[in-house]
Amino acid sequence: MWSVTHNDIEAIAIGAGILGTGGGGSPYLGQLRMQYLLKQGYSVNIISLDELADDARTCEVGWIGAPTVGIEKIWDGREPKWAVEALERYIGHSIDALLCSEIGGGNSIAPLEAGALTGKPVVDGDAMGRAFPEMQMSTHFIDGASCNPSAMVDEKGNAIILDHLVDSFALEHFARPLCVQMGCVGMLALPLMSGAQVKKSSVRGTLTLAKQVGEAVLRARRTKEPMMEAVLSVTDGVELFAGKLTDVQRRTADGFARGEMTCEGLGAYRGETLRIAFQNENLVAWKHDTVVACVPDLICLLETETGEPITTEQLRYGLRVTVLAIPCTDKFRTEAALKIVGPAAFGYPDVTYNPLPKQAGIGIE
Amino acid sequence: MRIGIDVGGTNTDAVLMDGRTVVGWAKSPTTKDVSSGITNVLTDLLKKTQAKPQDIAAVMLGTTHFTNAVVERKSLSKTAVVRIGLPATSALPPYIDWPEDLTAALGGIYYLVHGGYEFDGRPIAALNEDEIKGVAHQIREQGIDCVAISSVFSPVNPDQEKRAAEIIAAEIPGVKISLSHEIGRIGLLERENAAAMNACLSHLAIKIVQSFRDALAGLGISAPFYISQNDGTLMSAEFVEKYPVLTFASGPTNSMRGAAFLSGLKDAVVVDIGGTTSDVGVLSQGFPREASVAVRIGGVRTNFRMPDVLSFGLGGGSHVKPEPLQVGPQSVGYEITTRALVFGGNDLTTTDIAVAAGMVEIGDKSRVAHLDKELVHNALARMWEMIELSVDRMKTQAGGVPVILVGGGIILVGDSLNGVSELHRPEHASVANAIGAAIAQVGGEVDRIFSLDTTPRDKALEQAKEEAKARVLSSGALPDTVEIVDVEEVPLAYLPGNATRIRVKAVGTLAVD
Repeated sequence: MWSVTHNDIEAIAIGAGILGTGGGGSPYLGQLRMQYLLKQGYSVNIISLDELADDARTCEVGWIGAPTVGIEKIWDGREPKWAVEALERYIGHSIDALLCSEIGGGNSIAPLEAGALTGKPVVDGDAMGRAFPEMQMSTHFIDGASCNPSAMVDEKGNAIILDHLVDSFALEHFARPLCVQMGCVGMLALPLMSGAQVKKSSVRGTLTLAKQVGEAVLRARRTKEPMMEAVLSVTDGVELFAGKLTDVQRRTADGFARGEMTCEGLGAYRGETLRIAFQNENLVAWKHDTVVACVPDLICLLETETGEPITTEQLRYGLRVTVLAIPCTDKFRTEAALKIVGPAAFGYPDVTYNPLPKQAGIGIE
Repeated sequence: MRIGIDVGGTNTDAVLMDGRTVVGWAKSPTTKDVSSGITNVLTDLLKKTQAKPQDIAAVMLGTTHFTNAVVERKSLSKTAVVRIGLPATSALPPYIDWPEDLTAALGGIYYLVHGGYEFDGRPIAALNEDEIKGVAHQIREQGIDCVAISSVFSPVNPDQEKRAAEIIAAEIPGVKISLSHEIGRIGLLERENAAAMNACLSHLAIKIVQSFRDALAGLGISAPFYISQNDGTLMSAEFVEKYPVLTFASGPTNSMRGAAFLSGLKDAVVVDIGGTTSDVGVLSQGFPREASVAVRIGGVRTNFRMPDVLSFGLGGGSHVKPEPLQVGPQSVGYEITTRALVFGGNDLTTTDIAVAAGMVEIGDKSRVAHLDKELVHNALARMWEMIELSVDRMKTQAGGVPVILVGGGIILVGDSLNGVSELHRPEHASVANAIGAAIAQVGGEVDRIFSLDTTPRDKALEQAKEEAKARVLSSGALPDTVEIVDVEEVPLAYLPGNATRIRVKAVGTLAVD
């Protein structure tokens, strides 16, 4: 068990941005909020999966909505707590520990806020080991966790319970329009899981991983050691490319920001071109028509000089970027999981998923 | 005729322009009080060009005064921030991400009140007028007369900000109010930060504008004057008194706009080589390309329209060290006229290398005749490589790009550079910044979220374009010169309803001359 510090939050935010693979929203405001809570005397403890009792009651806490709205309509601050309390009231039991739904992007911090405000510990793990656009793209749901019941709240204190949903796709269908009515930002508490289920289904240690990635970036900025080497030293990823964005095409479809970017090589990659398709997150990378990485593996864009993660909403002509590919959790590499999170699920049926090789001991478990 | 002035860190430059012709120019050291430096340079300019004060139709000025006030935390007024957004927004109060010394300089006083809008224009809560009156009362009690008002989604609907301003103005006599929707874009904290910085400059703005006015009046110039803003367009003096924050980063913008004017190119890379550093920026349709990441000013995060500029340590005064070869970043700066070898000094500078190579005749070339030929050759190669690498990092397509060289240090550059298709050295390049200020254009911007399910895309775009054009016209542009220069559409992720953020920028020529 460890207690989160001001500096940990900064590191987690950077690491979560990188693991967000272009999506998940910026963790910047969450970082400010969590640091503000610590300054006010709140604290939050992180426990490892092994420290969780098998019969403990847990739930995820996370945002649903549009990051572009989130940067304008800043939240009340108590939503993470309200969401957990709404669920507790409905089931008539207290919840023992909280979980992160998505370590990539803004949802990395929400459970920490909930933990600080409720006094409950947060489990070191999540359901993705990255960011994904839809709720069913989760190791918890893939392993059969039930989305019944789930709670959703907004900054006005409106609390909605969803129950008896047929599956996690139904949850997605109900939650999106509700979120629009809430002004495009809502906080969800779901799914309820036992400690034993969490140990089986969660991606282990990802809060620590985000912290280590962020610390590597901060250290490289301080010591001027090579930025990408520092990041790769704590993950088992590879550098795919370094260059300059020369084209960004966007289109909107079904509420998702889809598009494609082209990156022209600089330095050792001069003369080469990398193309990346994205839908909120980066999906498939091609080097001269050959797929070099694709979902569910992570394709991360970092600003070459600062190591700052770049979201797909920030993509612009002329940005200098380095592209890293990091192997995803083994839980996404099964045939069943790939139906939900593989390239075909994102509209690329012709792309074959070739798992990036993993090193034991570091990276996403 | 009109005059362009650029108040830089070292020099104050002025140009006299007749239509598109540069009639004459002058340079004078920048003074601490700014206005006497302006008086000096204008006296010199009028003398050189034999122009009469009554011939001057307009004066355009670029200044770093307000940026410096924030960076140095000087002459800032105590400011109260009133944020309209409850029950939303209390997670992060105003000033949350400011450096402590700057918050202290402003007093750090803020109030959260009920109101604001959802992304689609529905109110989050109704404005409570009594609540705002109560806040105004408390602000007055503390003797504060600078107020920044921010409201959630005010770029979509500014009504509540405007109404709150009316109430506060009625309660606090003489209060200076900054409204966030008039200053920034979507992104509450960044826009509110800009409004608070603007508010804390309210009194300084009135003082500085008056000192400019006095300097001009002292010379018998009664023409209206304008100040350039960070996107390369102009504000009237009266407007600057209300929106001083919009002058931030106008320096690099003016030099790029000047380069575009002098070369006649609209799409090119601009390299501005000064005494100590060089700035590389990109012109797109005659305007500087904007930075895409959040820009911090004086330690405060903002979402201003800032030019995307890459700076590196090469200038006319940069030190050259032979073994191992090193160029810059140290520089003799403004002391070049005494410290460079060709001027009788003892420091080997980039200018000495250019003279030794026979590229330019400045000072006493016999004082660099002894320099090793290989050193001169290698130093030049290094300097050009520094420029080439920076140009390459900034350009947006493979292959050669046209480059415009401006600034006093362009003597360092030879006839060609790698990766550059054409190298332009326009006449009057050393005062490109003052010329950039004198380009009489005004602009207007719209930044809104549209639901493309209820408003078709063409309609939404058309509506945004019409609004931007209307803003340009209300700033005094000639109607037939108004054009749209930038359209950006960003679909909002994770939502049905096709909500899309549309940003449109229009510019037009100011009705002067």
